[in-house]
Amino acid sequence: MKQDLVRFALNDIRRISQLSLHDWDLLVRQARSADLLARLAVLARAAGLLDTVPAQARMHLESALVVAEAQDDAVHREVEHVRVALNAIGITPVLLKGGAYLMAGLPAAQGRLFSDLDILVPQARLPEIEATLMLNGWATTHHDPYDQRYYRQWMHELPPMQHIRRMTVLDVHHAIVPTTADLKPDPAALFAAAQPLPGHPGLSVLAPADMVLHSATHLFYNEEFSHGLRDISDLDLLLRHFMQTPDFWAELLGRARILGLMRPLHYCLRYCSTLLATPVPAAVLAEAARAQGWSDPLIHRLWLRVLASTHPTARRRGTALASLLLYLRAHWHRMPAGLLLYHLCRKSLRPRARSDGQAEV
Amino acid sequence: MIVADLPPRDLQARLKEGLYLRTGPVVSCIRSHSPQLANGIALHYAGHRIESGFADFHVRIDRPDNLRRWFRPQVLFHFDDTPAFHPLPADQAFPMLEWGLNWCVTNHCHQYLIIHAAVLERDGKALLLPAPPGSGKSTLCAGLAHRGWRLLSDELALIAPASGHVVPLPRPVSLKNRSIDILKRFAPEAAFSPTVKDTIKGAVAHMRAPRAALARADETAAPGWIVLPKYADGADLKLQPLTRARGMMALIENAFNFDLHGQRGFNALGRFTDACRCYKLEYGSLEDAIAACEALATTDA
Repeated sequence: MKQDLVRFALNDIRRISQLSLHDWDLLVRQARSADLLARLAVLARAAGLLDTVPAQARMHLESALVVAEAQDDAVHREVEHVRVALNAIGITPVLLKGGAYLMAGLPAAQGRLFSDLDILVPQARLPEIEATLMLNGWATTHHDPYDQRYYRQWMHELPPMQHIRRMTVLDVHHAIVPTTADLKPDPAALFAAAQPLPGHPGLSVLAPADMVLHSATHLFYNEEFSHGLRDISDLDLLLRHFMQTPDFWAELLGRARILGLMRPLHYCLRYCSTLLATPVPAAVLAEAARAQGWSDPLIHRLWLRVLASTHPTARRRGTALASLLLYLRAHWHRMPAGLLLYHLCRKSLRPRARSDGQAEV
Repeated sequence: MIVADLPPRDLQARLKEGLYLRTGPVVSCIRSHSPQLANGIALHYAGHRIESGFADFHVRIDRPDNLRRWFRPQVLFHFDDTPAFHPLPADQAFPMLEWGLNWCVTNHCHQYLIIHAAVLERDGKALLLPAPPGSGKSTLCAGLAHRGWRLLSDELALIAPASGHVVPLPRPVSLKNRSIDILKRFAPEAAFSPTVKDTIKGAVAHMRAPRAALARADETAAPGWIVLPKYADGADLKLQPLTRARGMMALIENAFNFDLHGQRGFNALGRFTDACRCYKLEYGSLEDAIAACEALATTDA
């Protein structure tokens, strides 16, 4: 019987004290492959449970804590570099995703590992912003003319920029979905609701409801799900935190309606409550399901596979096929059919650089 | 149970299911169908303990499921079922295991400050030889391990930040090119694997860790000496004291994960270096270098 121990532990961290040494062997591997080992470590430490973990497994939690703390420091420093560069030309960047969670001190930042920093800026000022970032040491990473056109014409972000000395990667967004996508949330509405970051003048973050909607849209309209469970866990922690504010659920539904993001919200609420027992009120679940319109029962089975642990010791049959089908679905929503066909032909005919993440020994 | 308790056929069978091999604080579950790998493990890990239940790392070294399974066969190193490196020729299976296990430790054991250094022990005190490849670090380490020093590791100094002690990781010593023959002449009693030619590091052979290294694998070592080795063909012996600042910089320059440990890591390495004497050692003869280390151990003690 395959067991998804990461979900078992995330559902209620106190359960880890019931695990046998063999369970820990599986949990460490599953959590590591889902990029959730550091999150489990932070949760276990916060619950005062580290000492109940068998010494062999605790070593891995301690190692993950070292990495997570180093990353927190690095992100604080990097955000400061970006702030100084952009404030100089009168831009207040809106931090997105992990950077926002961390700087806003949200629980979703706990043990969250990420490889780049994401910001949202007004599209009208992009040329100036890009020039300023280049003067401050960030350079574009994609030198192929087709890739440059792909990003600049069709995507919602500049090609990723990398700092020439620190090697850190910055994603500069002007919207939260591609220009060509069928969802059309208005960036102006996001900027209008964005909030200054307390204690950090010159920086802002999305409003709580928009933060959830962006994270959900990113997960359910992206073509890559290798961190599916990590992203569901982020959403779970965001919802559990923001639901303590009165009227949060009504606000969330209202913003989803205004921004046209009811379907990603429906998926978000459904899978958070199914996979991680997020306490979403039944009426809110029902309202999001009703408002998003028709739902395909097949897609439900696909999401359940790719959003759970995909480690070989936990994944269900059909996970690879489910990922492929959802990959195709994501592209379908990303671009109109004609452009999609053109893009996939271009991509398949062009020799690709090796990017399999493997190194020489 | 230790590896030598398993007859060759049982060892091969065990490797197909997964052999839980203990090396110092780390247990690796190794799976493989490669006879070269089984031979390498039988030779080099004969005295190592076999565990069960929990492994820090699950690795598999096998031929790929494609043409290269049969035609000019290759092997792949899988970390937890995901290939971690580009494939290598099949006769490099054992060196690949060694490089792969080093990679597992340097990428996942951040509870330690990990320094690229050979470590030996004398009277409870650690001698660290931090150096980039090609400095003669492994050669000197292999030599010292046969002249009264206990081997902790030829590659990875694991410093526990809280205690400031070095944790042993006893594994075979990796020798390259000319140092293979030098060591075979120097320590004819030692066990060596067959030399594998034309690897990315040139010719490679491994030397089994001496018995004392395994018998005392649970004993950590306090800071003692930081010696920066530099081999030069025909050079005269030169042992030159260094300031502790230089010694600490050598540790930092050769660290794998100093950047992750922040302020606490800096303080821990500072305390470690404060308890060490630091030297630079240029040598052209292994015997001379060993005598110089011997003199350090007796005069500084």
